Amino acid sequence: MPALQQAFIYFAVAVVLVPLGSLLGLGSVLGYLIGGVLIGPAVLGLVKGGESIAHFAELGVVLMLFMIGLELDLRRLWGMRRQVFGGGTLQFVACGAAAALLLLAFGLTLQMAVVGGLALALSSTAIAVQTMNEQHLDKTPVGRTAFSILLFQDIAAIPLIALIPILGGAGGGHSEGGLGALKGLGAIVGIIAVGRYLTRPILRFIAKTGLREVFTAFSLLLVLGIAELMEMVELSMGLGAFLAGVLLASSEFRHALESDLQPFKGLLLGLFFISVGMTIDLGLIADEPVKVIGLTLAFLALKLGTLRLIAGRLGVSTSQRWLFAALIAQGGEFAFVVFKAAAEAFALPPGDTTLSLLTVVVALSMAMTPFILILHNRLFERHGKKASPEEAVEDEGASVIIAGFGRVGQIIGRFLFASGVKATVLDRDPDQIKLLEPFGYRVFYGDATRIDLLEAAGAARARLLIVAIDDPESSEMVVERVREHFPNLEIIARARNVGHYAALRRLGVKTVERETFEGSLVLGRKALEALGCPPFEARESADAFRRSNVRTVEDLLTHWDDPDDEFVALANQARRALEEQFEIDRKSLEKRGIKGWHFDPEE
Amino acid sequence: MSHTVVIYAHPYPDRSRANRVLFDAVKSLPNVDARPICDLYPDFAIDVEAEQAALLRADLIVWQHPIYWYTVPAMLKLWWEKVLTHGWAYGDGARVLSGKRCLWVTTTGGDASAYDEGGMHAHPFSVYEPVVRQTARFCHMHWLEPLIIHGAHRMNDEQRAAYATLYRERLGAR
Ligand SMILES: Cc1cc2nc3c(=O)[nH]c(=O)nc-3n(C[C@H](O)[C@H](O)[C@H](O)COP(=O)(O)O)c2cc1C
Repeated sequence: MPALQQAFIYFAVAVVLVPLGSLLGLGSVLGYLIGGVLIGPAVLGLVKGGESIAHFAELGVVLMLFMIGLELDLRRLWGMRRQVFGGGTLQFVACGAAAALLLLAFGLTLQMAVVGGLALALSSTAIAVQTMNEQHLDKTPVGRTAFSILLFQDIAAIPLIALIPILGGAGGGHSEGGLGALKGLGAIVGIIAVGRYLTRPILRFIAKTGLREVFTAFSLLLVLGIAELMEMVELSMGLGAFLAGVLLASSEFRHALESDLQPFKGLLLGLFFISVGMTIDLGLIADEPVKVIGLTLAFLALKLGTLRLIAGRLGVSTSQRWLFAALIAQGGEFAFVVFKAAAEAFALPPGDTTLSLLTVVVALSMAMTPFILILHNRLFERHGKKASPEEAVEDEGASVIIAGFGRVGQIIGRFLFASGVKATVLDRDPDQIKLLEPFGYRVFYGDATRIDLLEAAGAARARLLIVAIDDPESSEMVVERVREHFPNLEIIARARNVGHYAALRRLGVKTVERETFEGSLVLGRKALEALGCPPFEARESADAFRRSNVRTVEDLLTHWDDPDDEFVALANQARRALEEQFEIDRKSLEKRGIKGWHFDPEE
Repeated sequence: MSHTVVIYAHPYPDRSRANRVLFDAVKSLPNVDARPICDLYPDFAIDVEAEQAALLRADLIVWQHPIYWYTVPAMLKLWWEKVLTHGWAYGDGARVLSGKRCLWVTTTGGDASAYDEGGMHAHPFSVYEPVVRQTARFCHMHWLEPLIIHGAHRMNDEQRAAYATLYRERLGAR
């Protein structure tokens, strides 16, 4: 089938079914899955060769893990080690044992039951993470715990798949033993070296050229290259990508990478869900509905229960334990790979449907995830409610974003930093950013007029945006877009001159400061002092001048763009008013000593 | 030889008719650290460390200012609040100012009779004095007989010169 036609069908599914799924409150995942079922061999049979598509679509998962890595720097990852390895092992063994027992009861051989059970213990990173993102659980403690477990599963799946030929005992497999391990180690060292030492200079170089699509191309190249490398040494592509992401997490390019890869990740992940939907063999369900559905429900109930039981040991707070179980109760995409390997290794007689049955069970359990969560939310009335304070979103610390880190932004940033306020800084000059990095700022390369970048910098959660961009046009663009996309984000802005001041004020920014105004007033004060005026009085004159000047500019806001006659008249009037004001100030100062307290009324 | 610091609070020093003459009379004496705080800190951003260091060097601390609304001008009040800190000037066994002498030099618009029982200010001036005196004493300073000059508006040059001389004498100069 022509590639174009295929692509058309996939996009059509995405455009039609996903919004529908979201509208019905089922989430995007289910929309994609149903789309997959519809266009797959079982129903419409619109596309064939689902397997090669599934392989391609795995890139979606790879990209997702890369981006998760981007949000976790080494320090954070290290902090999670106990949860990943301790908690991960507990989950894997407990759920694996429970599922193996189920399979034994179902009539499988011991070896098959162990392999199948462990495969069922794995959950779907793609579905769980996507769901967590949609429900804004990704930065909550439950989300973090769930993610640690998923991370461990990604690691554990590798030896599991390697173990199958041994357990199966049929085909000897192609065990390379020590050489394979060595290769794997080499690949990981390679990724670390490239991620740490090579990518940043290259990204910096590309950023300097200002060619945005080349930057995007390089981001994709990076992730694809890693995936390719990992596949060559038979390690998990996702794991490699995750590692690369972690290595770039503390770099200034993190947000730019994130926002550039976001749409690719979304679409490929969608494709991945579609391909999962396509593997759901409706024929098998129609043939043995009781068996399939019964096994699916039994499996889900068992895994849910087991997860609920161990949730406490994993440090999940009491109120969140069912949620935790619901998030990762489904079977995972790795199970497909395991079953495929098992089919070869166990030399099952032709016509044996055990493994395709298990495949369908896993796919169905994945499709059930949104429903389980809806059910959970109904039962526990979490819907629409905010997380309680202790479970509230872990903020990344930066509640202030500074857009533009030139002369003005730097002073603001340094001042805030010194006052203990951590700010995220965006600037489009990579040199500038490199200069500042050693001082421990959270600095990111990118153009703040891009809403996706602001989003990545946390604009949705930030309390304040400081627009310190020097170019009036860009600055106004940022303000306009932010007001549209984040109407609740408070803005403080630097104005280049009065015209820019007026424009920003008219865009609704309450606090605008002309960059040269205060400095000039201070110089004016110094001039007065040099001429013999005492400092206190010079300051008061500057205060009076400021007040009158700001009032004038505010009165003229609407007229600034087209200076009509009225504007000129008003401006003249304002100037006269200022002169009058000064006359009054001067007189009132001179009158001191003969009026009020300065005048002795008894005379 | 004893060292003196003069904390002088006048927001409009060049319009002063009384305090300026007095301040000019003492500001360049040897061993006098003259600190016109309204000139030093026109934005009210008092350098507390510098002020405290100046106090530590002195044996005699002078507060000189016109009376505004029966008490010290806002600037000197703020200076008290910022400079005389807990754990340094008072409280917690702090005694850095202990034994230093404190001289209050102030001028009033009203003449002495305005501070009579039935005068326009209704109370003798001594009623307004304790706040300043107790501030000094609370910081363990030794309170000297203050130099209070009434009727500052109506002084003639001779009177001004006489007060200036008196002031210099109180600072130990001839
Ligand atoms: C704001 C203000 C408040 C004043 N309050 C008082 C007061 O309460 N009692 C009084 O006798 N004089 C009062 N005066 C008068 C001043 O004490 C008087 O002008 C000053 O001592 C003269 O000194 P100078 O020439 O150095 O400024 C006040 C003056 C001003 C400006």
